[in-house]
Amino acid sequence: MIYADNAATTKMSEAAIDTMISLLGEAWGNPSSLYMHGQKAKEVLEKAREDVAAVIGAEPREITFTSGGSEADNQAIRSAAELGRKKGKMHIISTAFEHHAVLHTLEKLKSEGFEITLLDVHENGLIIPAEVEAAIREDTCLVTIMYANNEIGTIQPIREIGAICRAKGVLFHTDAVQAMGHIPVNVAEDNIDLLSASGHKFHGPKGVGFLYAKKGIRLSNLIEGGAQERGKRAGTENVPGIAAMAEALKEAAAHMEENAAHQKAMRDRLIEGLKQIPHSALNGDAVRRLPGNVNFCFEGIEGESLLLLLDDKGIQASSGSACTSGSLDPSHVLLAIGRVHDVAHGSLRLSIGEDITEAEVDEIISSVKEVVEYLRGFSPIWRDLMEGKKEFIL
Amino acid sequence: MALYSEKVMEHFRHPRNVGVIEDANGIGEVGNAKCGDIMKMYLKIENGVVEDVKFETFGCGSAIASSSMATELIKGKPLSEVRQLTNKAVAEALDGLPDYKMHCSVLAEEAIQAALEDYEKKTGEKV
Repeated sequence: MIYADNAATTKMSEAAIDTMISLLGEAWGNPSSLYMHGQKAKEVLEKAREDVAAVIGAEPREITFTSGGSEADNQAIRSAAELGRKKGKMHIISTAFEHHAVLHTLEKLKSEGFEITLLDVHENGLIIPAEVEAAIREDTCLVTIMYANNEIGTIQPIREIGAICRAKGVLFHTDAVQAMGHIPVNVAEDNIDLLSASGHKFHGPKGVGFLYAKKGIRLSNLIEGGAQERGKRAGTENVPGIAAMAEALKEAAAHMEENAAHQKAMRDRLIEGLKQIPHSALNGDAVRRLPGNVNFCFEGIEGESLLLLLDDKGIQASSGSACTSGSLDPSHVLLAIGRVHDVAHGSLRLSIGEDITEAEVDEIISSVKEVVEYLRGFSPIWRDLMEGKKEFIL
Repeated sequence: MALYSEKVMEHFRHPRNVGVIEDANGIGEVGNAKCGDIMKMYLKIENGVVEDVKFETFGCGSAIASSSMATELIKGKPLSEVRQLTNKAVAEALDGLPDYKMHCSVLAEEAIQAALEDYEKKTGEKV
């Protein structure tokens, strides 16, 4: 069995599991309580905050623990919007291929009177910093651009964009859910004001994430209640989950270089192998992409059937086809980079793990080849293409 | 709970009547690539009976399974019966489809009806 859907979720690391299990028994107190059990939990919580902050170059007080990446995205954007509204600045800049946690929040803000500019992500899936600069207006209160895309893995020029925002005095948020733990992220060096991350994308547990907010940026509450998280996120903290996330992040940071080097080599081998399939194309820039991300379109076939047959062969992956999204439209990310519907339906995302072997990569290549060929064998689109009744797109 | 019934998976993994009939006298193609599903049915009709049927499908697992099941349901059947085939019958024969996949069975029905219309046009015969 080869798990190649690490962008969806990762398996918890042994260290994260051990941390979580032992803390379920040891740190069960309420961190808000004054007595011994409460204070033990509080210690664990604050140690986790220090660890997370250290990895991203932040101060502990700049970290707010959340239920995950989506909550962090919502809170970051809502907070910046509120600050903007107070100053009469109601323009937000983002991109067409953000995660829905960002896009849907922006849609809501639009209905509340905000104006949203979505930047073009171009064919290679990369934002051009100069276009961010050109889009910034007097009334722009926020630029929110993801660090790395969840489907096609492209890594954005975050540092440059951050520098532009800082120079213009506009808040900059980045959804770093896919980047965190996989490539270096440093909020100070990258000029980031707000950042979202999710534990289960770097071998931590699900249901835990964090929001970095630069000192001085006033967060708006999504959840009202007690004074947890400096009054910015009510609800008794998920202490074992938070500590396990911090453990996983420390581990990921400590091994980042070697992991990324191995993954990149495996990724490029996979890309080279899949390129051999005729009428296929890699989605997103070949170089500026996450070490573990491979995303292809294969003309003449549909993604869900490809996934099901790969699953039969023990390979677990994902697709941006409409049938896997539960809507009639294929992935908004693939459409944003200019893939037409016909080929976007035939997409395959393989997000490989740190421990993938060369033999596994070769097995994926041969299985994908086999399944694509099989499905094309009775695809009426493929027949039309082969008989010259339709023109190849890829 | 799996996405699809055993029956759907079985037809998806081992689709019946896949391919082309070179001398088909009724061909129907429905759906479009934009939506991600295209079904093409080839019928060989003789003496008012579907002597042979083959299909080609571009689509998801349930689209392939629906095509396969539909061909089984009409093969060897008189045209009067084939005319009556509904998407519901296809879905039921597959032990059900998820709600948002019911359109796959509709496509199967429509592809067969389109093939019958093509047959009528070609032969001038009313089905």
